[in-house]
Amino acid sequence: MDYSSAVFYFFSFILLFSAIKVITSRNPIFSALFLVLSFFSAAGLWLLLQAEFLAIALVLVYVGAVMVLFLFVIMMIDINIEVMKKGFWNYFPAIGFVSIIMLTEIILVLNKPFFKTPALFKPPLKSNTDAIGEVLYSDYILPFEIAAIILLVAIIAAIALTLRGKKMHKGIDPAIQISVKKSDRLKMVDMGITKTKTKKRDKRN
Amino acid sequence: MINLSHFLILAALLFMIGVVGIFLNRKNIIILLMAIELMLLAVNMNFIAFSYYLGDIAGQIFVFFILTVAAAEAAIGLAIIIIVFRNNRSIDVEDINRLKG
Repeated sequence: MDYSSAVFYFFSFILLFSAIKVITSRNPIFSALFLVLSFFSAAGLWLLLQAEFLAIALVLVYVGAVMVLFLFVIMMIDINIEVMKKGFWNYFPAIGFVSIIMLTEIILVLNKPFFKTPALFKPPLKSNTDAIGEVLYSDYILPFEIAAIILLVAIIAAIALTLRGKKMHKGIDPAIQISVKKSDRLKMVDMGITKTKTKKRDKRN
Repeated sequence: MINLSHFLILAALLFMIGVVGIFLNRKNIIILLMAIELMLLAVNMNFIAFSYYLGDIAGQIFVFFILTVAAAEAAIGLAIIIIVFRNNRSIDVEDINRLKG
């Protein structure tokens, strides 16, 4: 077994193990952390396939942003784990049977010699990021712009969905705030006694 | 030596784990979203494996767009989970039956 095969089996073992832990953990926080581990080992496999840019993007975007978002939401929501796990394995016989059949079918197809031909891969002349950028900004410029709009829509949708209505928020209406006059807030009170006290203090100073 | 079918079978296994996860975790929408992320990861793995073994960079461009859409989907999905929890006080899929479909 050469070095790249050993790396492949090592990373794919960790990937499958952590993926199974994602769906069977009792606590959703463990699920999120195992999902981080599976993204990390998938990034390792992508490095093996010489997709350096996407491997780094997976770690930065998924582990750095999306999974932190997941953890925030899990910690914000109060979940009763005991209720959560009631009847967990109810559907397992059925879905286990179906998934084993599907897996067998896929593996039967994929074991054909057609998929085992040596790679048509040519050694790259430039870096992976360079190659992706060249294609992305010329042939795929329209999808790239649409992706930017999708992200904008996602930002607006996420804020609009979670924004609470008027009833709950305690901010001041800016129109009322700027039309306030001095006489609304400040009341001058004549207090003779304080005058003498301040005079005494002034003298001492 | 590792060839294309190894990566495709790995991706198929990962996809199946995602499908099984959707069926097992009916009480928790957050883990449902995580299972969807696993399935997307499997699809991305297929794209990158084909991109490498066929010597075509276009597969990696597709993965780039899938990552973008998946990030947007996760953000909106989590926002929906927040408002479901705010209204129902639970994130059980079986409690979300207000429309009685």
